[in-house]
Amino acid sequence: MSRIPKEPTKLVTVPSPNKIPERDIDKSPILECQHLGIDFGGLSAVKDFNMAIGRTEIAGLIGPNGAGKTTVFNLLTKVYQPTRGTILLDGVDTHNMNTVQVNKAGIARTFQNIRLFNNLTVEDNVKLGLHNHIGYGMWSGIFRLPSYWREEKVAHERAMELLSIFDMGYLAKYKAGSLPYGAQRKLEIVRALATNPSLLLLDEPAAGMNPSETAELMENIVKIRDTFGIAILLIEHDMSLVMGICEGIAVLNFGQIIAKGTPDEIKNDPVVIEAYLGKKKEA
Amino acid sequence: MNRILHMKKSTRSSLFTYTLVIVAYVVIQLLRAFREGGVGSVLEGQLVPICAYVTMALALNLVVGVSGELSLGHAGFMSIGAFAGCSVAAALQNTVTLDPLRLALSMVLGAVIAGFFGFLIGVPVLRLNGDYLAIVTLAFGEIIKSLVTNIYLGVDADGPQFSFLSNNNQLGEGGIELIRGPVGVTNSERIATFTAGFVLVLVALFIIFNLVNSRTGRAIMAARDNRIAAESVGISVTKYKMIAFVTSAALAGAAGTLYGCGQVTFTATKFDFNTSILILVFVVLGGLGNMWGSVIAAAALTILPEALRQFADYRMLVYAIVLILVMLATNNPTLWNFIARIREQRQEKKEGAK
Repeated sequence: MSRIPKEPTKLVTVPSPNKIPERDIDKSPILECQHLGIDFGGLSAVKDFNMAIGRTEIAGLIGPNGAGKTTVFNLLTKVYQPTRGTILLDGVDTHNMNTVQVNKAGIARTFQNIRLFNNLTVEDNVKLGLHNHIGYGMWSGIFRLPSYWREEKVAHERAMELLSIFDMGYLAKYKAGSLPYGAQRKLEIVRALATNPSLLLLDEPAAGMNPSETAELMENIVKIRDTFGIAILLIEHDMSLVMGICEGIAVLNFGQIIAKGTPDEIKNDPVVIEAYLGKKKEA
Repeated sequence: MNRILHMKKSTRSSLFTYTLVIVAYVVIQLLRAFREGGVGSVLEGQLVPICAYVTMALALNLVVGVSGELSLGHAGFMSIGAFAGCSVAAALQNTVTLDPLRLALSMVLGAVIAGFFGFLIGVPVLRLNGDYLAIVTLAFGEIIKSLVTNIYLGVDADGPQFSFLSNNNQLGEGGIELIRGPVGVTNSERIATFTAGFVLVLVALFIIFNLVNSRTGRAIMAARDNRIAAESVGISVTKYKMIAFVTSAALAGAAGTLYGCGQVTFTATKFDFNTSILILVFVVLGGLGNMWGSVIAAAALTILPEALRQFADYRMLVYAIVLILVMLATNNPTLWNFIARIREQRQEKKEGAK
């Protein structure tokens, strides 16, 4: 296997070394975006977006409000069809796939504004994540054939196992909509994990969490990566989280990547500082 | 008792519904057998329609309550089931002599044909996100009514004969006229019995409860709760909305066959927009997604107009007032608190008197 080719990015001023972590260096990337772009009418919301993510990497996507971060997630999961460019998931072009097929191919996500199945129980929410891994059909369900009982039992055990990642097993019987905010965020992550993804997209997982909850979340994200051996791409405004756990970071501004690199490089990159804080007045 | 208390809420609710239906059936059958005058001539004539409407309400609740789509033309599926099923029943008169078997066959066929029409409507509409299903089913109900009003169908030794708009069928000797345009079905033999209706209601409950409490039902409810999230976990929203809609249409078709085969004569105008709305009223009154609510609401509101005959010209007015009051009562926490307070006061008075 060859090394990940360095992406041609126009605006990168700091030549960043490979941002793929060492352990993934000799493997092909799980996700590769090439010249990805989308226009809404005359507005290019995302332009020439290039990115590669290693198989077990925790990567961060940051940028000021309205930079197009969530749009990138929506492109990756085909909520929007990209106007230009290619998305390769584990080397497979997702060009003709829709949201459902992309999920089956291995991308799972959470949402910035939580989207749970509010009227269903916590356990059912996780079982819905397991949906495509439960092996019985409609008729077995209606006539309660042996496969129904067997598969439902397996699904129940698996759901409880997944909930135990966040110690949420005791909440299994409650309605998802009745959970406190932090628990809902965690449940979304569990539901996404249940679909058995190879790439997990987290859209502001720490939003609305207090510092101790955020610290716990950071530990859990790393734990998830280590347990499941998957890649995680996250959008986050909480810099302690991003700088704490991300191995590679891309900074987006006005729909374009303006910098890529390790947390230390990003922290000191003048282009990034300018994007966030504005330009220093000439003395 | 302890086991019942610790059951899952959905299991307890379905158990309650089965019990409710079975107890109602047993009580009515006992009354019919041992009481002079049975259950009264009014109710006696309504038993089969009640079963048909209960099934209709259950079917529509699957679409409106469980899958979250609005259908305003469910009477159309009932109509298809009634005409297709009763035609088959009449055509098989001499081949299948056992009445219950013939009825069962007709119901299955009525259900399959209605389900097929449900599929045809669902294919273009359920891909869309919005209230399109309501509009299309509304049109569908009207189209079916107009089409069936112009169908002439007969069968004789040479096979079935069909003509449209005017009666050009030349039936041979021993031929049976199945559908006669605007006059509808005129020689239905009334093979549908109360027991058959009871079995149909049980079958509908069995299918709906088991479907809802399975992998498929979960996916249907997920598509209702959050379409985008459902797709993000790999659930094809269109497919599961389709399953709910076609199942519902098929059950409505079977209910139509039951209804038709319980009447001496019926026309296509019986299954119009008003009937669709009436069934929707059963569902809303009983509570969205609440199956035992649908059973009670459908049964009660089918008897009510008959029970109100003494009001003569003001019958429908009183019906509407009763309906509004019941809606207010079942959905009003203030009223429930008020009733609870009155009860408490009475209790206190009684204790004071002692």
